[in-house]
Amino acid sequence: MEEYVLMKGNEAIAEAAIRAGTDGYFGYPITPQSEVLEYLTAARLHERTGMVVLQAESEVAAINMLYGGAGAGKKVLTTSSGPGISLMQEGISYMAGSELPCLIVNVVRGGPGLGTIQPAQSDYFQSTKGGGHGDYRLITLAPASVQEMADFVSLGFDLAFKYRNPVMILTDGALGQMMEKVKFKPQQPRSKKSPHWATTGKTPDRERIFITSLNLDPACQERFNIKLKAKYKEISEKEVRYEKIECDDADYLFVAYGTSSRICQKSIQLARNEGIKVGLFRPITLWPFPYKEIMEMTGQVKGMLSVEMSAGQMVEDVKLAVEAKVKVDHYGRMGGIVHSPEEIVKALKQKIIGG
Amino acid sequence: MAKIKGAIVVDIDGCKGCGLCIEACPVEVISLSDNVNVKGYHYSYMTDPDACTGCSNCAIICPDGIITVYRIKI
Amino acid sequence: MAENAITTKELVKKENLVYQKTKLLTDDVMHYCPGCGHGTTHRLIAEIVEEMGIQSEIIGVAPVGCSVLMYNYMNFDMQEAAHGRAPAVATGIKRLLPEKYVFTYQGDGDLAAIGTGETIHACNRGENITMIFINNGIYGMTGGQMAPTTLIGMKSSTTPYGREVSLAGNPLNMTDLIVNLPGTYFVSRQSVHTPGNVRKAKKAIKKAFEYQSLNKGTCFVEVVSNCPAGWKMTPVESNKWLAENMLPFYPLGDLKVPEE
Repeated sequence: MEEYVLMKGNEAIAEAAIRAGTDGYFGYPITPQSEVLEYLTAARLHERTGMVVLQAESEVAAINMLYGGAGAGKKVLTTSSGPGISLMQEGISYMAGSELPCLIVNVVRGGPGLGTIQPAQSDYFQSTKGGGHGDYRLITLAPASVQEMADFVSLGFDLAFKYRNPVMILTDGALGQMMEKVKFKPQQPRSKKSPHWATTGKTPDRERIFITSLNLDPACQERFNIKLKAKYKEISEKEVRYEKIECDDADYLFVAYGTSSRICQKSIQLARNEGIKVGLFRPITLWPFPYKEIMEMTGQVKGMLSVEMSAGQMVEDVKLAVEAKVKVDHYGRMGGIVHSPEEIVKALKQKIIGG
Repeated sequence: MAKIKGAIVVDIDGCKGCGLCIEACPVEVISLSDNVNVKGYHYSYMTDPDACTGCSNCAIICPDGIITVYRIKI
Repeated sequence: MAENAITTKELVKKENLVYQKTKLLTDDVMHYCPGCGHGTTHRLIAEIVEEMGIQSEIIGVAPVGCSVLMYNYMNFDMQEAAHGRAPAVATGIKRLLPEKYVFTYQGDGDLAAIGTGETIHACNRGENITMIFINNGIYGMTGGQMAPTTLIGMKSSTTPYGREVSLAGNPLNMTDLIVNLPGTYFVSRQSVHTPGNVRKAKKAIKKAFEYQSLNKGTCFVEVVSNCPAGWKMTPVESNKWLAENMLPFYPLGDLKVPEE
């Protein structure tokens, strides 16, 4: 029986990656997630799973090392923060275009530009709306605890391989640096089998395999785009994940993910002490977004406040979901400032109840 | 005295008429045809079969790998 | 005389075969312009893979550039990398499949401009991969723009009056840089503009693959090549121009060979 251990979110990701039987990690240091690389390089992996860990010369190189490793059919992981994730967008687009699985963790810091090293939730658009070029989607998981940081590693790999698409864990500097109890799954062995689409060397019993995102013939490209679109539709129908907290009697709703969803739980208590019945809807998959499930709440609540540590990004999806049936507004601090539970309640009163 | 005799077979429709084989041939066996292939290129062919030694220079320089070489000692 | 009695038809028999296209090339007609050195170098790699018997053990990485479609012609597994990233892609493959042969095939824009960082670091880490670098001093695929390796005074569509150092900087001799990196094990510069040079290039490229099994570091072969269309010459003229102009700046030979 595995015991609970106390661990930072970043370290939990690293340990969970080892336990998930990850074959390779390629990454570049950036605050606030460098602990992942440090943990892995200190983990004496040759005595555990033989997982390959390499500090790349840049995030650009790291994501392309993932491309090569994924193309060889392996479970590959990288972690970074906003500026590094921006550099990886080319590679993410290529991986989506070549239908390669991988797991990318973005421990978000405030931006734009070099920004700050403090936590933020300002990379929502980048993750869910396609930060790179072309028609593709990134499955985006938003953990709200150190336990989920660990659990979503194996979930992320499962989804990545099931759909042959990159998956992102979108977390933030607060969850990355926060210490919390976490229980790990037992060690999974690294897979010895290769998927049928992987370049592992052409044997006489099969045709050669090439991995590419190039389709010079527009008709071929469109056929491929149609195939991708169907895949994304299937993901949207099957993989939506969310959590509802104190929603049964709610007149109002906070919609929040990750760190903000935790703060909102305190705000719920403060509001309810004042007789305001508010609940929390927490999207766990940011893409696919729980549009239908949020829509269903419009029959019950009078308004929704999207609480994000950003200038208002997810709020656009909440508005799309409710089709103007109830009032929707955004509240959030930015630049590495984390909103307080009191500020959120005040915003609810001003923007939704009184507004 | 032993003599070497060679022959080449050009995949006419694969030829792009670049002429590198003509330049590479030490005994001037190859020329470009007045005719064109399906792609519209004047293709290489053996004009002087008796002179060919089967040295393979033409095949080795051919970027498209369309020349097959045969050789016999007689 | 008896020997004259043998006709070409009689000679063309399986038992007299001395050279034919390797089965490691597919039947697809290469898209390259007439006389392009890419085709020759592709063929050499395919022949070497056949001779070494490593079809099931090799994974190639194609670049962005004229040879972006290389995977259509090679009868073994390949991945197509983003522009300049082939050494990173190859690193990912080789680190996770260390028992396989992994190589990159890149042009001058890919390897020596946009991918300089990946090239230098893969070579400096001593990744156990083979890197084939086609240097024809021009961007062929996009229509003949200046490459990092374009010679001073050489015309391209973005140096229409010839490359001027004051404006466009100096040509980058990448292989001379690479040879100084401790991670490289074998470094050679070859060309494919004459049959003799093709034979030498094949020997060097074969060594660059054979050495990979020693796990001693990166094996790097530059192939100085032509671009008849981009240089606006006939194929024959382009190979003469190459010998007269490219080779003085990019002299041929082995730059780093393992100590016996």
